[in-house]
Amino acid sequence: MINKEIPLLMDQSKSGRKAIKLPEVGVEKSKLPNSKFLRKDISLPEVGQLDLIRYFTNLSSLNYSIDTNFYPLGSCTMKYNPKINEQIASMPGFAASHPNQTDEKVQGNLRLMFELQEELGEITGLPGVSLAPLAGAQGEYAGLLIAREYHKNNNQSNRNIALIPDSAHGTNPASASMAGLQAVTIKTTNEGDIDLDDLKDKVSEKVCVLMLTLPSTLGLFEPNILEITKVIHDNGGLVYADGANLNALLGVTKFGDLGIDICHSNLHKTFSTPHGGGGPGSGPVMVAKYLENFLPYPHVKKEGNEYKQYKPENTVGRLNGFFGSFGILVRAYAYIRSLGKAGLKEISESAIINANYIQEKLKNDYKLTSSRYCMHETVLSASQQKEDGVKAIDIAKKLLDEGFHAPTMYFPLIVDEALMIEPTESESKETIDKFIDTMIMISELSKSNPKEIIDAPVNLPVERLDEAQAARNPVLIWAKK
Amino acid sequence: MTNSPYIPSTEDDKKKMLNTIGVNSFEELLSDVPEKHLQPDLDLKEALSEQELNEYFQLISNNNFSSKIITSFMGGGAYNHYIPSTVKAMIQRGEFLTSYTPYQPEASQGTLQVGFEFQSMIAQLFDMEVCNAGMYDGPTALAEAALMACRIKRNNKVIIHESVSEKTLDVLRSYSKWQDINLYRYNDVNLDDDIEYGCLLVQSPNYIGEIEDVEKLAEEIHNRNGLIIQHTYPISLGMLKPPGQLNVDISTAEGQPLGVPVSFGGPFIGILTCKKEFIRQLPGRIIGQTVDKNNKISYALTLQTREQHIRRESATSNICTSTQLIGLMVAVYLATIGPDGIKSIAETCYHRAHYFAEKLNKIEGLKLLSNNFFNEFVIESEKDLSKIITLLQENNIEGGIDISDKESKKMLFAVTELNSPEIINKTIKLLGGESD
Repeated sequence: MINKEIPLLMDQSKSGRKAIKLPEVGVEKSKLPNSKFLRKDISLPEVGQLDLIRYFTNLSSLNYSIDTNFYPLGSCTMKYNPKINEQIASMPGFAASHPNQTDEKVQGNLRLMFELQEELGEITGLPGVSLAPLAGAQGEYAGLLIAREYHKNNNQSNRNIALIPDSAHGTNPASASMAGLQAVTIKTTNEGDIDLDDLKDKVSEKVCVLMLTLPSTLGLFEPNILEITKVIHDNGGLVYADGANLNALLGVTKFGDLGIDICHSNLHKTFSTPHGGGGPGSGPVMVAKYLENFLPYPHVKKEGNEYKQYKPENTVGRLNGFFGSFGILVRAYAYIRSLGKAGLKEISESAIINANYIQEKLKNDYKLTSSRYCMHETVLSASQQKEDGVKAIDIAKKLLDEGFHAPTMYFPLIVDEALMIEPTESESKETIDKFIDTMIMISELSKSNPKEIIDAPVNLPVERLDEAQAARNPVLIWAKK
Repeated sequence: MTNSPYIPSTEDDKKKMLNTIGVNSFEELLSDVPEKHLQPDLDLKEALSEQELNEYFQLISNNNFSSKIITSFMGGGAYNHYIPSTVKAMIQRGEFLTSYTPYQPEASQGTLQVGFEFQSMIAQLFDMEVCNAGMYDGPTALAEAALMACRIKRNNKVIIHESVSEKTLDVLRSYSKWQDINLYRYNDVNLDDDIEYGCLLVQSPNYIGEIEDVEKLAEEIHNRNGLIIQHTYPISLGMLKPPGQLNVDISTAEGQPLGVPVSFGGPFIGILTCKKEFIRQLPGRIIGQTVDKNNKISYALTLQTREQHIRRESATSNICTSTQLIGLMVAVYLATIGPDGIKSIAETCYHRAHYFAEKLNKIEGLKLLSNNFFNEFVIESEKDLSKIITLLQENNIEGGIDISDKESKKMLFAVTELNSPEIINKTIKLLGGESD
């Protein structure tokens, strides 16, 4: 890895250099707009093409990525992103298709979207599918809009509470706020299951929706799921499932069968589209049949042999400029078709076995949050190591030094010194064994030489950052030295 | 044997792992799942080999007209611009493509420094003080900007100028519906009245390409204590005065024209810039420069206390995963074309559009309705538009967008550097006109 600072482009810039030759105007020039509308000068970097390529290539080498490292990153499902999917998404018929073209000119795209809707509906058991949401959080928001609109349609606009377990992802309460819902926290047991008594206490005719993550953020399947959905339904509320952890459920069970009314799925998790360093994602929303009319638009339907975009009757509206993250939809559908029924089932099977194997192998060195079998991820606590002065963040940084990306840390919030580990199905037993050995080595080191862990990382392009300084005195854009 | 090249565990590996776990079968691990709903049948299509997969998608994509077209005059929120080879080369690097959100900065300096470059170059292009690392797309960026302005001003009255596209407005409606935000049409309010507003949204160049007098609108809304938000077309800033020089408080844009394929409308990137005083209300990820413990310059996500994973229901937005990789494309694009390039591309778009518009205006039955436009203009037609569209389609040309209303038949054309003079002249001739 490169250890020197790589100067910003503006600091390398030299007037007159260029990285591309552009075409001439080529036609007679017209009169320009009034000068009060015209720009005088503009400042951007000026670099030659080779220096530009080296700059970005060298920067890329400072990253960990799935193509280079194992990411046991809980809740994020960092699986392999197949190369063929990239090739397919860049086919000119897809990449050059314009979102304002009329339906008959984009039959291929609409067919692909329709087929993907069908597959996602079948996988989740919730047949009404909208591919519009641009990420998981937007999928959540779409789900909440659907719940609100449904109640409004039943003259129950006063249902303005979202019940959210204390173990939930932050996006859940944030989405609830955007949908004008009051977030009311439901307690969970120390294994992250919903506290049924608390749920029954708080359920009322004001409840719009329960937002549930399944499997839970502790990686466990909610054992009382059927009772929970019944309690909510008996009170007229809807149940929303955060599908962030869907990688555990392919062919294992279907949300729709469990009494769940609405869910979303992060295609950039379960369906292998690349995370891209933080997006683009895609977060389709799936609903039960009786909620189909509320889906966002544009939606795709099939009439005879033709595919058409349409606006559901009681639609919650438009969530973005066009059809959602189409290029991501192409990749996800390619993934689903390359696996087929048997392959998809095997995904969850292998992901769950891998996670339980890690949990079993690490249980003597790290405190488990539960003695139950986990699903696709396991949450460990570094509380024992903390007694020797080594915190979860230190273990995370030491793992970076050893060539592994860190697990998700300090989440869920209800676990002390949480380290959430999700191996996915992508990793071989050999890689997983190496990771386990490293985790055990770190635990032993926390007793023999904690300083070595606390000082980590030392093998990376930078050591620990002064993040407080970054927030106190924000430097957010380049400035002349 | 495993069914998939994406799953390395062999039957033997699985057996060994199950043994270690202490169970005999995979199913034993699923004891918490209600038995009657365990392992339902899935009615899904069968797996394809890689070669079959490629063929299947080739077949589907060939069903799109875009697989045949030689040129397109379609805009309306998504624009065909040339994508430099440098952008395509960098986007393929797995180290960028397959990395996670940079919550571990020591292992993500590449993504972070690129994000900082994106913020810097966008701030320069817009001449604005700060910029975040990207929103989902242009319309969601504008919707979030409106919500942001309402929070800053503690005033939920939003005025929409008629320059804003209806599609974008629809997104704002979905974003604001349950938040007690009141939307007003600019033409329905009197800004001389003594009422205060949260903000005024204007799009310039507007949704049919006209350049608006943003400075004048800024003054009007500032007099009513509100903020001005300009939604813009980033390529136009190579020629037109940037938001930062028009007294604009928050500026947003669809970032797609900066090196990103139209790809049926996504993934794109929303640009969101503002004055520095508003950063605590800015939604989305922001990358900041700092130092590591050896005082080495480095980059990290910053001001995270605005965000959902810390602030939960009080966060500035629910946005989490956004568009980092598209930000890379934009950064490589802007660095490739540089200051002279953006100027040159803007001029090429402008002059070719005006040339094309004037020539169309001379054709009998066609009339140019636009006046002060950048690269998008409206042609009114006496003839049936479908005839024009079909004629162009037979020649593998995608015409403009049919925006006819009750009064007249109209078409919105967008011209970019991808529409060569030869193609423009060919199109003029096809429609019965004369080229230079």
